[in-house]
Amino acid sequence: MSDIVLKTENLTKRYGGVHALEGANFELRKGEHVAIMGDNGAGKSTFVRQITGVEQRTSGQIWFDGKEVNFAGPIEARTAGIETVFQNLALADDLDVPSNLFLGREKVLFNLGPFSILDRKYMRKATEAALVRTAVKIPNLSNTIRHMSGGQRQCVAIARTATFASKLIIMDEPTAALGVQETAQVENIVRTLKDNGEPLILISHNMRQVFDLCDRIVVFRRGRIVANLRKENTDGNDIVSYITGAKTGEAELAA
Amino acid sequence: MAQTSHGVGGVGYDARKRTWPAEFNVFLALVILVVIFELIGRVFLGDSFLFNTRSDVGGIFNEARLQIIILQVSIVGIIAIGVTQVIITGGIDLSSGSIVGATAMIAMSFAQVATVNGNPNPKAMFLAQGWTDLPVIVPLLVAIACGLFAGLVNGALIAYTRIPPFIATLGMMVTARGIAKWWSKGQPISFPTESFAGIGKGLMPVVIFLSLAILFQLIMTYTRYGKHCYAIGSNEDAARMSGIKIANHKILVYVIAGILAALAAVVLSSKNLTAQSGMGVMYELDAIAMAVIGGVSLSGGRGSIIGTVIGSLIFGVIISGFTFLRLDAYYQEMVKGVIIVGAVVLDQWRQRLRAMRA
Repeated sequence: MSDIVLKTENLTKRYGGVHALEGANFELRKGEHVAIMGDNGAGKSTFVRQITGVEQRTSGQIWFDGKEVNFAGPIEARTAGIETVFQNLALADDLDVPSNLFLGREKVLFNLGPFSILDRKYMRKATEAALVRTAVKIPNLSNTIRHMSGGQRQCVAIARTATFASKLIIMDEPTAALGVQETAQVENIVRTLKDNGEPLILISHNMRQVFDLCDRIVVFRRGRIVANLRKENTDGNDIVSYITGAKTGEAELAA
Repeated sequence: MAQTSHGVGGVGYDARKRTWPAEFNVFLALVILVVIFELIGRVFLGDSFLFNTRSDVGGIFNEARLQIIILQVSIVGIIAIGVTQVIITGGIDLSSGSIVGATAMIAMSFAQVATVNGNPNPKAMFLAQGWTDLPVIVPLLVAIACGLFAGLVNGALIAYTRIPPFIATLGMMVTARGIAKWWSKGQPISFPTESFAGIGKGLMPVVIFLSLAILFQLIMTYTRYGKHCYAIGSNEDAARMSGIKIANHKILVYVIAGILAALAAVVLSSKNLTAQSGMGVMYELDAIAMAVIGGVSLSGGRGSIIGTVIGSLIFGVIISGFTFLRLDAYYQEMVKGVIIVGAVVLDQWRQRLRAMRA
């Protein structure tokens, strides 16, 4: 049991009468990269929002890092070690790369309350280290990110998760708005994370990407987990049948 | 899989991608403006705008003019330092001019002398209570308390009721002006103590303005407070997701703006040796204009105190330049308006250009 990073049992979320998520049982082990797939409205993002504390679940339990957790908000989840790369990038356009990386958790030299003096040298160094670790290339650290490409911005967002000793990284369609080259760049970062043994949940619609990057694929359909397959035991057609509902049953859920 | 198979990360410095600080452009505008006045002066008046042409005083520059340029914008400049911070967080403060009026009245009431030329001070507010000839710290603290309170109300309204800053500070603008008039039933309050009068004497407003500007430029650049100002103005949702306490921060920003407006009131009433309920009318708009000319973006996230200081100098140069050219004050106002709009148009144009290049 000790190598399980995240586990949910009977996780359920209802919006009024709408059953957005029904009895989701999910497990993530150390160093594992799991893809979450499914049609729009299948419950993928709802599932993530319950884990990251953005919303409060209707019922069910979540264990993270060996303890049962009850996050009141995304900041609590982040403090516990769950870093999320959101679909709409949570970056401040007018700040430079180090400021974005350390946004809301700046390293300070002297603590003077709100007027604490920032340790800019440390944050710059740590940023460079994070960029090297994630293999992200940025033209100039002290430029604001406003004029960076979508790929570079996404990379900054991902590098942010890697800067802090996170125990779990969740990416919600990180390449949805990116071009081919930029997608490749982001995928390289994900591979680097895999090499470093950092567990990851990847929400994606891109079948090639999922098979390239992940060990296991979990399919959501109409608020339920309908498949949980190791990538060696399945193929694209199989996954599509689960996503569309052509194939049902939870036969392989034990995988 | 090899550890290094995914490309090399880090920082690939590209000199072409380096960007000028925005303040450089504003400074360039200031220089161009001075050159224009200098040329017009040389050609049409046979006099120099900037340089000393008199043989009976020393120095290369026309120091009297340089002093006036900065002296006349110092008091509004102090307000503009606070307004700049408010605008950087994506807000606006319309109440600063009225806070100047109300604070000047209230603070001056605690800075009065008991006797004028051997007679009891005819304008004294608290003569009966004996609150006269108080040490200068008393009116100063009263002023800071006034600014703090006004800023606290502004900030709390904006942070908790979530009404737009425009409306919240518009309400404060009208209310504070009312307080300024109510305080002494419209009567001016005069005859301050010598120590109070010393605050705004001579070039003191310039010294106070520049000291505060340097202090807040450092705060905006090197502290967590400054970083969060830019973050909130740039992307409030991202700032909230990152765990920044938006409400607290906004209140603090408006409190600082209120205190700076109150300090401006102290300097102004000390300089004029009197406080009147109509003091500071339109100062809020001049302060906003200085910030905008200085490159502070009204949509938040961009700008700096240095930019605003240069913006205020542009203001000062225009006023002095028009006086120098012996043009009517009416033209000043008209040109000021054109320059405010022009500065914003230019800034947006420059932003778009940069976006295309990137």
